[in-house]
Amino acid sequence: MLHYIGRRLLQLIPVLLGMTFVVFMIIRAIPGDPAQVILGQQATKEAIEALRAKLGLDNPWYVQYFDYLGGLLKGDLGESLRTTTPVSEEIWPYLAATFELSLFAVLIAVIVGVNAGIISAWFQNSWFDYTAMILALVGVSMPIFWLGLMMQYIFGIELGILPTTGREEVRNPIDSMTNLYVLDTILQGRFDQLGIVLKHLVLPGLALATIPMAIIARMTRSSMLDVMRSDYVRTARAKGQKMFWVVYKHALKNAIIPVLTIIGLQMGLLLGGAILTESIFAWPGVGRYIYEAINFRDYPVIQSGILVVAFIFVMINLFIDILYSLIDPRIKYD
Amino acid sequence: MSERKAILQVKGLQTSFFTDDGVIPAVDNIDFSVHEGEVLGIVGESGCGKSVTSLSIMGLVPSPPGKITGGKILFGDKELTKLSDKEMRNVRGNDVAMIFQEPMTSLNPLFTIGNQLMEAILIHKKGWSKKQASARAVEMLTLVGLPRADELMKEYPHQLSGGMRQRVMIAMALVCDPKVLIADEPTTALDVTIQAQILALMKDLNERLNTAVLLITHDLGVVAETCERVVVMYAGQIVEEGPVQTIFKDPQHPYTKGLLQSVPDMRYKKQRLYSIPGNVPKPGSVNTGCRFAARCEFAFDKCLTQNPDLYQTATVHKTRCFLYEDQEVSTHDRTLVES
Repeated sequence: MLHYIGRRLLQLIPVLLGMTFVVFMIIRAIPGDPAQVILGQQATKEAIEALRAKLGLDNPWYVQYFDYLGGLLKGDLGESLRTTTPVSEEIWPYLAATFELSLFAVLIAVIVGVNAGIISAWFQNSWFDYTAMILALVGVSMPIFWLGLMMQYIFGIELGILPTTGREEVRNPIDSMTNLYVLDTILQGRFDQLGIVLKHLVLPGLALATIPMAIIARMTRSSMLDVMRSDYVRTARAKGQKMFWVVYKHALKNAIIPVLTIIGLQMGLLLGGAILTESIFAWPGVGRYIYEAINFRDYPVIQSGILVVAFIFVMINLFIDILYSLIDPRIKYD
Repeated sequence: MSERKAILQVKGLQTSFFTDDGVIPAVDNIDFSVHEGEVLGIVGESGCGKSVTSLSIMGLVPSPPGKITGGKILFGDKELTKLSDKEMRNVRGNDVAMIFQEPMTSLNPLFTIGNQLMEAILIHKKGWSKKQASARAVEMLTLVGLPRADELMKEYPHQLSGGMRQRVMIAMALVCDPKVLIADEPTTALDVTIQAQILALMKDLNERLNTAVLLITHDLGVVAETCERVVVMYAGQIVEEGPVQTIFKDPQHPYTKGLLQSVPDMRYKKQRLYSIPGNVPKPGSVNTGCRFAARCEFAFDKCLTQNPDLYQTATVHKTRCFLYEDQEVSTHDRTLVES
């Protein structure tokens, strides 16, 4: 197993290398110049040239690229052109915010989606099945920005029961240590603040969970339907086992593997920062961080931000692959 | 044999499948009983309703589209078709257990042998500890002739051969001492030497534990080796029933005769093998007359218009064929047999 993990991590190198190259080239293909953005419209040509030289932007692209790679090898993700803070320091709070929101969304998506899929398959062609699958279809095809705006309007403005933006109350800021506010407030025993943090998570969490939930529900249903017809499910019933355990023990464990793949991919996507959702709900996450960096042509932040997100994506999928072998004894990687 | 008590009685059982193409009566009004400690064989071609019969007894007919539409299944004084879901679960695996055709896929690939065996025990033995269940599981694995039972408990089905898996299935089925074991084609998926071993094992366990076995097969050789009585099924009906020796020596129904002639005989190598002309009719497609009439070389007018009864041709022999209508023993004898 360790051997396999080692091999997979080695395979990461060319993947990430290729990715840095593509991102590097693409952001330089976008019209606009960081020096111009920093100095503003009125800046003189000389001032811009001087700043470009200072930032190393006057070098040929390959020199810039290898400088950047050289930095990465030393663990240096570069400095933000805008704030001159190292990206590796600056990105943490944003990553944490995204992590907290994605985890919340994935939990909702998995709990609701998997169970809806199971019950739909168990009671195939029942009213529950039809309702759940129609809702799932609606969910998959839902434009998330529209859903987000509607939820803000209904729950935030009309009913006024949930906050619509941000992670905390401005007048009652959280004294954060880890930037994971749920964890912080629990560690500090500030349960009043925990309530506020959770309330802030609800709307963006639900908006973010909608599509993965629908996909997971549909996938679970079809996978379960397959498994429910298998011989070992009949064997389990022939033993006199309760239908609940036949479904949740014997069938689910077999049906969950393809669902896990989907969960892994969705989780990766969410952790990449859902730019739309984060923008609508003013969530200070990594998606918005990179989005703002693009507006400022903040090359190091874009490059390294996407690199970090890609790294997380690949790691989650590696984790899912390892999970397969823990669930299915027939899957052996060595 | 007839003095043994009948523990499982199937009376007028009808199981139908409600499909888009209409109602298909897969099992149509069949009667038979399994006596304490005996091995009863049900033979017939694929699609004749033998598996549906066994699934009906277990209450495991896939529903929808399948449904028991008539008749009774009596286990002791329990009417299985009338039991609630919960009561039926208490029967399954505890009073009546079942093993299936495909040992390769009948065990859950993701749980250890030990887990699956102990599950079967703990469902029915309330108050047993895991330790007791584990000891019982090891005992059963040893009983079915599996070596290193202790290690097997921790292994997964894919680490075992087909023959070993079928032994595990048998161990799992017998772990709660059921009165009846239904074996649906237990050896079909195995190669010949393993087949013989599994049959010998079942016969041996039948004698040692006094578990009645309802053996469902299409293989006459298997029946000859293991069964005491045979029920021959054709197109959802019983066409002949009797002791194994009588059926093999003196088959009455033309279908049974045809089946026996289709068995290759080692003594005559070059002869072309006999086969019954035509195909098994689709269930529900023959509504008038004998279901075998179209393929029967003895068929006469009456066979095409009337459905023959199951005639009692000897004290323990029944045949559904007009040729034996006049040989029926008196109803007086019949009541003697049944009582």
